[in-house]
This record gives sequence, C-alpha cells and structure tokens, in this order.
Amino acid sequence: MHDVLNSGTAARAAAETPLEKSGESSGIWPVALQGVRFAVGGKTLIDGIDLRLLPGTRSIIMGPNGAGKSLLLRLVAGLLQPTAGEVTFAGKAPDGTARRRLAMVFQRPVVLRRSVKANLTHALKTYGVPRAERAARRDQLLALGQLENLADRPARVLSGGEQQRLSMVRALAAKPALLLLDEPTASLDPQATAAIETLVSQAAAEGVKIVMVTHDRGQAERLADEVLFLHRGQLAERAPADAFFAQPQSAAAQAYLEGRLLL
Amino acid sequence: MQDFGAAFAQAFALILSGDADLMEIIALSLRVTVLAVAMACAIGLPLGAVLAVGRFPGRGAATVFVNALMGLPPVVVGLGVYLMLSSAGPLGVLQLLYTPTAMIIAQTILVTPIVAALTRQVIEDLHGEYDELLRSMGARRLGVVATLLWDARYSLLTAALAGLGRALAEVGAVIIVGGNINHVTRVMTTTIALETSKGNLSLALGLGIILVGLSILVNGLVMGLRGSAARMAYA
Repeated sequence: MHDVLNSGTAARAAAETPLEKSGESSGIWPVALQGVRFAVGGKTLIDGIDLRLLPGTRSIIMGPNGAGKSLLLRLVAGLLQPTAGEVTFAGKAPDGTARRRLAMVFQRPVVLRRSVKANLTHALKTYGVPRAERAARRDQLLALGQLENLADRPARVLSGGEQQRLSMVRALAAKPALLLLDEPTASLDPQATAAIETLVSQAAAEGVKIVMVTHDRGQAERLADEVLFLHRGQLAERAPADAFFAQPQSAAAQAYLEGRLLL
Repeated sequence: MQDFGAAFAQAFALILSGDADLMEIIALSLRVTVLAVAMACAIGLPLGAVLAVGRFPGRGAATVFVNALMGLPPVVVGLGVYLMLSSAGPLGVLQLLYTPTAMIIAQTILVTPIVAALTRQVIEDLHGEYDELLRSMGARRLGVVATLLWDARYSLLTAALAGLGRALAEVGAVIIVGGNINHVTRVMTTTIALETSKGNLSLALGLGIILVGLSILVNGLVMGLRGSAARMAYA
C-alpha cells in the first residue's frame, strides 16, 4: 500500500513546477465549510453547516435518508455549488490544483466502457501521471484492488463488489489527500464490504483523510474516529466515535441509533 | 413483365461479369460516399459532443439549428454548393465544379448535421452517466469530450451509418454539382436516374441491386459489431 500511494513521487516531483510544489507543501487543510446552505426549488436541503475537516481522523457521516449526507460530500467535492456560504481549502476558494487533491467514490460504481486496466490507465492519464509511469502504477493499483485476474475484462461485466474495488483503487490513483466515500458498500455483500473497508483502512493508514457516508452502524463503529450526524440538512452532532455510540447527545442521533423512525 | 424479367437477368449478368463501366461507377460512388462520411464524422462527432457537453449561450439554438439541418433538401444544398463553386462564385477560382471533390463537399454538408445531431444525443446520455465521475477526477473539457467519444464509439457507428445511408442514396445534390459526366462524376444514383430515363433498365437495375446490397451489408456489419459490443458490455 505504501508503495502504491507513494511510488513515482520522486519522478512526479521532478516534473512538478515550483508552483505545484508550493501547492503540495501548503496543502489543502483545513477543508472548511462556512455557513453552507444548499437549496433547490425553494427547498433547503443543507442548512447553514459550519465544519472544519483536518487530516488524521476518519470522519463518518451518518443520518437518515434525506438528511443531506451525499449533498454534503458533493459540496465538498465541488460537484455542487452552495446557495450561500463557502467551501474553502486552506482558507481559499479551491482551484483546480487543490481540487485534484481529493477523490470521490460514489454509491453506485461508475466505470467506463473499457477494460479494467484501461479504466485505471484513463484515471492515471487524467490525474497527469507521466506516460512512462502509468503501466507500473496501473499494475500496482490492480494488485492493491486484487484485480489482476480481471485486468483485461470489460469493467461493466464485473460484479458490484469488483466494480467498487475498481472505483476505490481508481480514486487512490489520484494520490488524494482527501477521499470522499458516498456509501460505497451500500449494495454489497459482507465479503465485498470487507474488501472495501480494508482498502479504506489502508488508505487512512497512509495518511489519506477519509470522509465517508454510511447507514451501517457496524461499519461506522469499525471505521470511525469521529461521527458527524446530519439531520434535516443540519449538523446535529459531531463527536468522537466512542462517545457518539456510547451516549449520543442529540435527540435525533439517539433516536437513529435506537432504530426509532426519524420523521 | 417479360421485359422486366429480362432486365433483371441482364442486370445480374452485368454484375456477375464485372462490367467495367459498372465497376467504375461503383468505385466512384464508394470513394465519394466514404470520403464524405469520413469528413462529416471529422466535423460532426466533435460538434455533436461539444453541443452535448458544452454550456454556452446559444447552445439550445445551435442544437435546434443542427437538428433542423438534418432535413436539409439535397437540391438546395446542391444549389448552394453550385453557386459557391461556379466560376462567378467566391470559390470559382478553385475550379471544382463538376468534379468528384464538389460532390464530396455537397455530401459532407448533407451528412454532417445527421452525424452531429445523433452524436449529440448519444453523448448527452453518456455524459449524464459519467459527469460526476469525470468532474470529481478534475478532467478537463477536452478530456471529457475525448472520453465520451471513445466510450460511445459503438453507438456512434450508428450515427456514421445513418450518414452513410444518406450519402449512398443521395442524388439531387451530386447531380447538380457533379453534372453526371460519364467516366468523371457518374455515380450509382445519378446513373440509375439517367439510365431509367433512357429506358436502359438493366444497368439501372444492376446498380439498384448493388446499392441495396451495400446498404444491407453495411447495416449487417454494424449490427453485428454493436451486438458483440453489447455482449462484451462495452456498449
């Protein structure tokens, strides 16, 4: 894992411009949301969220359907623009360079109509990895995702779990500082879920900041350092994982963890 | 009815004997058509993709305009190209009128809107599926267009096929700008029109049979290709 995320760093550093190096060293932290609101058709879906994300912890976002969890990830990723408020990286509006330091994995895997290895090559090319390095990096990513035997198969014929493993290692091809995961195991069986969780843990161990949405309490307990609980578009609670699961402070989180219907 | 049967028999005899005039006409038809479709694809594929992916003022109007051009009357295109290439026209100095090049230009103008409009539809659908992924990867606009065109390649064959069908069957424009000159600009469709008017049904029928055969062949090839692509989940 260490090799996969860090291989080719020297070569890339040599190819980087001083500006890019500066961007790397200054980093993207904190990733901050200030008074972020998002509304569609007069309906407020995210309502005044203030949040600072720092590296070093695995942040799990929980909450009932419609709470705004996936929207929050999309706002951080820049896929949606807030109606009010702002999302900043290191105190500034994120530019293209800052945005390329994050990667996202979606609930429903999106794979290109190409072979598994062509999907990875496409990602490496898009992330600006020099052509000479791509084959080696691709092979490392295939090994990381245990996809070597499927390398030449069309990605769209893979099982859901295999497609999601491909999505994970494709995201890691970006060498992201921040990895956003939107319920990546929502429709997977336990074995496939375990494979994804292993990849998440490995990435976190390599210093990648994880922000992951899940409905699965067991998964949250396995992976979370802290929990962000959303309810009706608001951040109802943010707490260390142990404290959250032992004694949630908000009424909404208590009801959610007790399995009561949150209406 | 007897004459009709005899004409058919003569037509098949012409085809089977590899009649030199017939082969020359077929070769020119294919050259003009294939080059026109290739040029139309070179213009129409990126144009359709930009209309599908681009967000710019006037995009809706441009889309309506391209769609409307699909129904462009060939004789009007022929007339327009004639006026441009005639000795009094702005491009008269090129002396392209009554040459295969003029026919290629006219057919390219006719086929490009078909390719562009069908491409826009195919790419727009695929873009809906890939949009968030490619944006989250920080893909640049050109990279997005290239990715979409490549991944939609099998579907886009249908667009090219539709263009090929239009070009193969086209007669109005090419007869105006080509002049149907024997051994120079005479293609299958213009020959069929001419020979029918002269009562030489065997040559007209022979060419008609080949034209229909080509159409079936191309359709079959593309359907087979798309079928295998779908089975392999590339489509």
